[in-house]
Amino acid sequence: MIINTVADAGAGHTGGSLSEVEILVSLYFELMRIDPARPEWPQRDRFILSKGHASPGYYCTLARRGYFPRERLREFDGIDSMLQGHPCMLKTPGVDMSTGSLGQGLSAGIGMRLGGERRSLDFNVYVLLGDGECQEGQVWEAAMWAGARKLRGLIAIVDCNGVQLAGTVAETLGLEPFAAKWEAFGWRALTCDGHDMQEVVSTLAQAKQSAADGPVAVIARTVKGKGVSFMEGKYEWHGKAPNDDERRKALAEIEGSA
Amino acid sequence: MNVGDMVAPRAAFGEAMVELGKQNAEVVVFDADVCASTQTVAFKKAYPGRFYQMGIAEQNMVSAAAGMSTLGFVPWVSTFAVFLAKRAVDQVRVSVAYPRMNVKLNGAYGGIPTGKAGATHQSVEDIAVMRCMPNMTVICPGDPYETQLAVHAATAFKGPVYVRTIRCPVPVIFDAAHRFEIGRSYRLHEGSRLTIIGTDMMTPKALTAARELDKEGIAVRMIHMPTIKPIDEAAIVAASRETGRVITVENHSRLGGLGGAVAEVLTEYAPCRLTRLGFPDCFGESGDNEAIFSKFGVNVENIIAAAKQAVADQ
Repeated sequence: MIINTVADAGAGHTGGSLSEVEILVSLYFELMRIDPARPEWPQRDRFILSKGHASPGYYCTLARRGYFPRERLREFDGIDSMLQGHPCMLKTPGVDMSTGSLGQGLSAGIGMRLGGERRSLDFNVYVLLGDGECQEGQVWEAAMWAGARKLRGLIAIVDCNGVQLAGTVAETLGLEPFAAKWEAFGWRALTCDGHDMQEVVSTLAQAKQSAADGPVAVIARTVKGKGVSFMEGKYEWHGKAPNDDERRKALAEIEGSA
Repeated sequence: MNVGDMVAPRAAFGEAMVELGKQNAEVVVFDADVCASTQTVAFKKAYPGRFYQMGIAEQNMVSAAAGMSTLGFVPWVSTFAVFLAKRAVDQVRVSVAYPRMNVKLNGAYGGIPTGKAGATHQSVEDIAVMRCMPNMTVICPGDPYETQLAVHAATAFKGPVYVRTIRCPVPVIFDAAHRFEIGRSYRLHEGSRLTIIGTDMMTPKALTAARELDKEGIAVRMIHMPTIKPIDEAAIVAASRETGRVITVENHSRLGGLGGAVAEVLTEYAPCRLTRLGFPDCFGESGDNEAIFSKFGVNVENIIAAAKQAVADQ
């Protein structure tokens, strides 16, 4: 679905959409308290795609979960579309926060939890960040605040695919020791293989439980462009869609392994 | 508060927030360690559970307020105008304005008066920045009383609103008869030779200038323009058609603020000559407020001189 969505549009962020699939599926099909028929349900868990450019993976998940018909994916990135290049909460059912400028989602998640506290609603807020995104200072402003206040119900998931727009994270501005950074800011940090479904589900379940005591960061080790050999680990596939030939090859690989 | 009293709009703002907190349990305040300066400290004392101290981290503060507004609360984000309109402007744009969050922004220490803090703290670009942002409403109250009315009007309005509050005492010019409405301008002095349009703390100065000019036989129309966006286009067009000449005066850069907004309307609908009085295209400096206003050409005598020049040109 992701490959077809970006290939149909001739645009979109393919690499980071393929690295987040298991995380999104775990959240939307296993862990989150949601009702796609009622996207505004006050008691629902919230999800924020802070790495907003990975919208194709997000939209495909929302469509699969029943927030809108799958046919609408063909509108992606088109004029007058409800599926913008970066998520827009005013246009897309199921989108809890508009994002696109990196680094803002975790802060918005803090605000949602503060609102939840004041309304005595015990929902969780899951915020998915990119590892490159964590170079933004605002991420650490938010981490500092949530950690210092031991804010409950906030779970940051970092899709650590190791690659950003113009190179690897390590060569651009390395983040290691990454888990230790979160811990130093007062968070519990968990690590998992972001492509092992069982491990992702069990780690997120553990995070959910632990979030009752304070903020939790899940560091998911992933591969950018996962599932398509010629995209894997390649920064060139950060913000590009496959052409017809590449689409065929990619689909053959993904369907062959399924 | 009586007409003629000198009251700091920030103090009036602080009082209004306490009153607002009493009337509306959904109102919360976000601060970045400047509550003693912006005067939201009174709200903090009155409603500690609804006051969020975010530390010196404006970007996190703005996006967090946006997140909280999704639960139906009405967050007032309060810090210096320089930080809201510059440091955290991307958060204002993407977290607040783009999703049309019901967040209110208090741009404290608007313009020159900052307690001698100098160029880094003088916000002479905030109106321009906020004005060009889609979904944003921009209010620059003319006195302490109108500041209080604006707090309530902005809260009742659904969507993002930027309210500029002034640090130093300014004269009260409005009384209980004043009916503040977002988007409306107010004629405070009548005359047909030309029109002076003022906003925020320059309105009292422009009014003083208009009265002085009257004594010298030059009758001018003086309009107070508290809402810079959406601006009262009809009043600007009428000023051009009926008086033939316009002067704007603002506690802000000459670029992009009131003068810019008025120029856009005049050029498109009713061209006439316009003089823009405002801060020149340079950084300010420390010093007494009035000394700075005089040095940079935005004081009562400058308004009078500009008006006389305009009359001489006719």
